[in-house]
Amino acid sequence: MWYYEKKLQYPVKVSTCNPTLAKYLTEQYGGADGELAAALRYMNQRYTIPDKVVGLLTDIATEELSHLEMIATMIYKLTKDATPEQIKEAGLADHYVSHDNALFYLNAAGVPFTASYIQAKGDPIADLYEDIAAEEKARATYQWIIDQSDDTDLNDSLKFLREREIVHSLRFREAVEILKDDRNTKKVF
Amino acid sequence: MPPEFYTLLEEIQANDFVIVELNLFLDTHPDDFEAIKQFNAHAQKSMKLKVEFEKKFGPLMNFGYSYSNYPFNWVDTPWPWQV
Repeated sequence: MWYYEKKLQYPVKVSTCNPTLAKYLTEQYGGADGELAAALRYMNQRYTIPDKVVGLLTDIATEELSHLEMIATMIYKLTKDATPEQIKEAGLADHYVSHDNALFYLNAAGVPFTASYIQAKGDPIADLYEDIAAEEKARATYQWIIDQSDDTDLNDSLKFLREREIVHSLRFREAVEILKDDRNTKKVF
Repeated sequence: MPPEFYTLLEEIQANDFVIVELNLFLDTHPDDFEAIKQFNAHAQKSMKLKVEFEKKFGPLMNFGYSYSNYPFNWVDTPWPWQV
């Protein structure tokens, strides 16, 4: 089971109300390479992956949920004081008429989240390669969002998240090597 | 919230981040004795920091990992996105 801790993994500050930036960040909330996709992907792959990497998938999936909460906090803080006019200027009127200021699992273009963003092939190497690719894509997305943002407080938190993608990718690469070593040392029955 | 809330919270976040990093590292390097010593030391520090924080600002965790005052103060604000 899971427990909730009433704190963010890393502090989230925003300098100003900025719904345009919130729209871009939605990509990491309900987008194909976002934090929701990451958490669900790893959590679900655990059941059919070799025992040696179940711990890693569990822990990274759990950390992704804390990143989802950080992204939600960013979107919430960037939009909570926005007027309907500011929402409209940011291109979020389509969102506003259906959701008001509520968050929703969409990508930056407003497409709802779908399970087809993620995979579970049952083949451990295929699954881990997908996980590595997902981390690299998420890292790239964080970079493109930072490039579009002039909010230095927000960018500090985004740089933390970008760095986490690098570490997760590295750990998944190590997991591949662990499974390859394990395969190569097998074993006369 | 008073300045002390932010100072203590940030200290917890910094220490817990070290634990997350060591945890992921140990998931793929389970034989690294030095890393395990660091992991256990930071876990102990985390418990101490959280006891101090919770005495002043209420429970950090649900489902029995934190004690409650009267009335039940788990439900009190601020939630993390309100900080």
